[in-house]
Amino acid sequence: MKTLEELLAEHPFFRGMRTDYIRLFAGCASNVRFEEGAYLFREGEAADRLFLIRQGRVALELHTPQGVAVIQTLSDGDVVGWSWMVPPYRWAFDARALGLVRAVSFDAACLRRKAEEDPALGYELLKRLVPVIVERLQATRLQLLDLYGEPKGRVLPSA
Amino acid sequence: MSSLPLDWSVPRPAVVLRVRRETQDVRTLYLRPPEGVWAFQPGQFNMLYAFGVGEVPVSVSGDPGHRDVVVHTVRAVGAVTTALARVRPGQVVGLRGPFGSGWPLQEAQGRDVLVVAGGIGLAPLRPLVCGLLRHRHRYGRVAILYGARTPQDLLYRDELQRWRARFDMQVEVTVDRAGPDWRGNVGVVTRLLPRAGVDPAEVVAFVCGPEVMMRFAGRELEALGVAPSQVFVSMERNMQCAVGLCGHCQFGASFVCRDGPVFRYAEVRDRLWVREL
Ligand SMILES: Cc1cc2nc3c(=O)[nH]c(=O)nc-3n(C[C@H](O)[C@H](O)[C@H](O)COP(=O)(O)OP(=O)(O)OC[C@H]3O[C@@H](n4cnc5c(N)ncnc54)[C@H](O)[C@@H]3O)c2cc1C
Repeated sequence: MKTLEELLAEHPFFRGMRTDYIRLFAGCASNVRFEEGAYLFREGEAADRLFLIRQGRVALELHTPQGVAVIQTLSDGDVVGWSWMVPPYRWAFDARALGLVRAVSFDAACLRRKAEEDPALGYELLKRLVPVIVERLQATRLQLLDLYGEPKGRVLPSA
Repeated sequence: MSSLPLDWSVPRPAVVLRVRRETQDVRTLYLRPPEGVWAFQPGQFNMLYAFGVGEVPVSVSGDPGHRDVVVHTVRAVGAVTTALARVRPGQVVGLRGPFGSGWPLQEAQGRDVLVVAGGIGLAPLRPLVCGLLRHRHRYGRVAILYGARTPQDLLYRDELQRWRARFDMQVEVTVDRAGPDWRGNVGVVTRLLPRAGVDPAEVVAFVCGPEVMMRFAGRELEALGVAPSQVFVSMERNMQCAVGLCGHCQFGASFVCRDGPVFRYAEVRDRLWVREL
């Protein structure tokens, strides 16, 4: 069986990181699994975790008066959750497992503490999180453009 | 410039054999070739004429191995495409073609193949996939990434299922929006690129979709280490004459109809980022 440090070193998020940092981050981490339909977290709850998906797919969902909308799905190699970085530390979405999900879960308070103690380590973490956030934001902008919906299609009589 | 078919300017009658509903605004038409049999290169298009309404370019979406039928997939967005999508078996449409450059599938022999499609952009790529599967052994790993608006907007569903069931090909589908019943990916198609199990140094990529999507796909492929000379895009700018005479589809120094619609990304990259070209 692989150690947590080995699992982290393999994950794209930590690829190339100094081993002493990985060891420190591993101190905040645990292995978790979610069965299909289980929630990694729910909107409004305290955001006290960061997840790295090792295997499986997670849907970020928002409840609207019209029902549940899936905003985005994340899978192997993705990072889930950064609300723990921003006060008041509450989740903005639900995150639901779409099948069996294996992940590494970090205790956010522990991450924040280590980052405060060693700003270089904290900066290393931010340098890896910010590109993820930017990539996600750009993807969301493209999604908002509704590229495939323009020009508007015309509903045809059923054939 | 590709050589022109004889009588390129005169539409010939093609009888509608069958119409298949793909989605609420898309139909696939099966036409009898005016000459009985015909041939085309994947990526080429025909000019389809809805009598009394007008003529538009539509990519061929059929299997190049089936020479006794002309297949087109039409999304109803305006007068002509709506008239075409409403035809019934037995009716006749005008057809001239095929025109344009095809996908250079020969460049992918011995290499990995990546197909990236968005929306109706899967239509011109379908013949390429059919051709590739017919000679599957000639290629390395094959991945198809397809993005659509919603799960209801997916084209060729049965075929997608069959493709997904194959062990020699990776098929990933994503949609821009979905309800909780959808068990697949949600997000833009470019998010799937890092997950395609192909070798960036060895891959040839074929991309078709809305221009903005192709721009971002091109950029993301470059970021992943795919050379722009190994990426091909199909520019579906609107056109009229289809043979480089009228200037309707001018795209910088090129005419989409005469020099395209398939271009090497390295040749059009800069133009794709220019506004109002
Ligand atoms: C090489 C080529 C291949 C094509 N292949 C297909 C195909 O396989 N299936 C298919 O459904 N369509 C395809 N198209 C697009 C199709 O030709 C247009 O949708 C059609 O010309 C629209 O004519 P219309 O009279 O129905 O609508 P119009 O009234 O002319 O247009 C309706 C709306 O669509 C917009 N529009 C028109 N043409 C385009 C375009 N090319 N790109 C983006 N927006 C457009 C117009 O600006 C307008 O908002 C292709 C276009 C080209 C150039």
